[in-house]
Amino acid sequence: MSDIRRHTIAVLVDNEPGVLARVIGLFSGRGYNIESLTVAEVDAAERLSRITVVTSGTPMVIEQIKAQLDRLVPVHAVRDLTLEGRAVERELLLVKVAGTGEKRIESLRLAEIFRARVIDSTIESFVFEMTGAVEKLDAFIELMRPLGLVEVSRTGVVAISRGANAL
Amino acid sequence: MTDQQPNGAEIVIKALVDQGVDVIFGYPGGAVLPIYDAIFKQNHVKHILVRHEQAAVHAAEGYARSTGKVGVVLVTSGPGATNAVTGLTDALMDSIPIVCFTGQVPTHLIGNDAFQEADTTGITRPCTKHNYLVKDVDALARTIHEAFYVARSGRPGPVVIDLPKDVQFAPGTYTPPEAVSHRTYRPQMMPDPKAVAAAVDLMEQAKRPLFYCGGGVINSGPRASALLTELVRTTGFPCTLTLMGLGAYPASDPQFLGMLGMHGSYEANLAMHGCDVMIAIGSRFDDRVTGNLSKFAPHSKKIHVDIDPSSINKNVRVDLPIIGDAGATLEAILAEWRRRRAKADDRALKAWWKQIGEWRARECFRYERSETIIKPQYAVERLYAATRGRETFITTEVGQHQMWAAQLFKFEQPNHWMTSGGLGTMGYGLPAAMGVQIAHPDALVIDIAGEASILMNIQEMSTLAQYRLPVKVFILNNQWMGMVRQWQELLHGARYSESYSDSLPDFVKLADAFGAVGLRATRVDEVDAVIKEMLETPRPVIVDMCVDQKENCFPMIPSGAAHNEMLLGPADRAERPVSEEGMVLV
Repeated sequence: MSDIRRHTIAVLVDNEPGVLARVIGLFSGRGYNIESLTVAEVDAAERLSRITVVTSGTPMVIEQIKAQLDRLVPVHAVRDLTLEGRAVERELLLVKVAGTGEKRIESLRLAEIFRARVIDSTIESFVFEMTGAVEKLDAFIELMRPLGLVEVSRTGVVAISRGANAL
Repeated sequence: MTDQQPNGAEIVIKALVDQGVDVIFGYPGGAVLPIYDAIFKQNHVKHILVRHEQAAVHAAEGYARSTGKVGVVLVTSGPGATNAVTGLTDALMDSIPIVCFTGQVPTHLIGNDAFQEADTTGITRPCTKHNYLVKDVDALARTIHEAFYVARSGRPGPVVIDLPKDVQFAPGTYTPPEAVSHRTYRPQMMPDPKAVAAAVDLMEQAKRPLFYCGGGVINSGPRASALLTELVRTTGFPCTLTLMGLGAYPASDPQFLGMLGMHGSYEANLAMHGCDVMIAIGSRFDDRVTGNLSKFAPHSKKIHVDIDPSSINKNVRVDLPIIGDAGATLEAILAEWRRRRAKADDRALKAWWKQIGEWRARECFRYERSETIIKPQYAVERLYAATRGRETFITTEVGQHQMWAAQLFKFEQPNHWMTSGGLGTMGYGLPAAMGVQIAHPDALVIDIAGEASILMNIQEMSTLAQYRLPVKVFILNNQWMGMVRQWQELLHGARYSESYSDSLPDFVKLADAFGAVGLRATRVDEVDAVIKEMLETPRPVIVDMCVDQKENCFPMIPSGAAHNEMLLGPADRAERPVSEEGMVLV
């Protein structure tokens, strides 16, 4: 299947117990793919949470995913940010690199180039923090691998459309 | 806090009364005792005690489908809830509005593996339209009203309300239904006028049109069926119905082509294959209907009317989707057709009907008659003949008997045919018939059953006795799980693995044991007399109709085949082996 595409979908939901299980259950139950999923409350007064899910599929499957999400009772709105085009996508990465000597210096140098911040350091380790597009994070991780990478933690993608329009 | 505040259990009853509920189906247990106590103290809501929680849900489904109202179920925690899961899944697949209350262990024990604890909202999440766990008694009434709204709105479905026992005891504030509205859930009812106009454009130009309608028309209410009938007659187009849609268009009408799909009529399936404009209304392109998707109605423009946007383009890509209620959309199409003074292409339509007439002439439901052995089709035909002119509700179990009933019984109006279409639940028919009979005490209610299916919920004979429900159980007993055997014959070299109904009970004695009347026919000349006696008996009856053990259900579209590759009878079989892709399909 050559027409499988990656889509970033934003879902606004009631922040009630079980709502995330509903969304995840929908994906597993119907055999859809989840590449990443992030969730947090975005409006405490209205008790609304926003889920950003990155998935992939043929146009017909993506259309189904959106219709199935929209059908869930606690779902307020579903937007395909990929189809709407001009969206901004960002991810936060924490990466731990352990080592001493030349490798340690090289990792710090590369972190500067990538504009990663050091948020923890010991004599034999760094924790770097970096925000950016998925590809940039991927590239940084690959560079850290031979330099003593021991642990990676990523948030998954959050995204928002450009321009004045809101979800 | 005042003495007048009702407790949670009383709030449940009050909310049910305000929702217009007069009957609930249930089974008591430790975690719902406060609600049973509240039931004891009132006379507005009648409780029907079933013998198994699965049957409570099926009974509520039968009640809902024959009345158009929401069916209500009450079961206890743990096993009560898990036993209800099959019924809930059945209602989800067939879009039946159900509200099911499940007891739950007290809130402070949730998660502690308490006695009869189950994660009910977790278990029922994928098999309900929505579910709730109510931890605050002040939210209870609101939740119940919301649950009824969700269950019956849009595409209907089952909703579970899980109620911890301490919430049932706690005093709280009652909120009347008028004060409750859902924050966001507003299904689109009215169709887009532009889409309606585009549909009429397509219909006007159609050379070989076909209406393909389903359960959505019935769920929309009897008016939708009346509008469908009007539109079909106004346009002069042919109409076929799905298993779930039977009754949405009068079966005796010459424009009706019969049911379509795997065991549908030859003319309906070939018309689907050959049509150039398909008007699908409240039908969901189920795999039992479409057969091989790559060969499905290859030359057609497809209009799809559905209230559920996720039904659109799910299995089959359609050309013109219309989101809306079936009744509202039918009305809009009819109004647009009349406003334009639209006319069908008469010459093309005439040729189309001529072609359909040729397909019809094959008489696809014909079977080899016998003077000695009772053919199952014959038994259903005689049953139909004997019940014509009476208000008759038919329920079925699942298997060959279900298909014969669907093929040979003619339904003239909606809400008179209840069968488990989507989930295919053996054991559905008897409890469903119970629910129908409760809703229609004076009507004739018949469960057309198989000897294997009926044993899956046979305990409900006891419920029939308790409430004096004169349901007729009409068993086509061929001593086989007939549909399983048919597939084994067709696909597995006639190796009949575990499909023989061994050690069957004596159904006549069984009826007697349950306080019902048992009748049996083994010869053709006994059939009419047994049916007559069954119909004249004002009590529950089990008929053991001992039919031909070898008969198979035809016509049939084998798995993986297209509509125009139907098997019309046993003789067709040898010539058309089932493809390898077809073998893996169910």
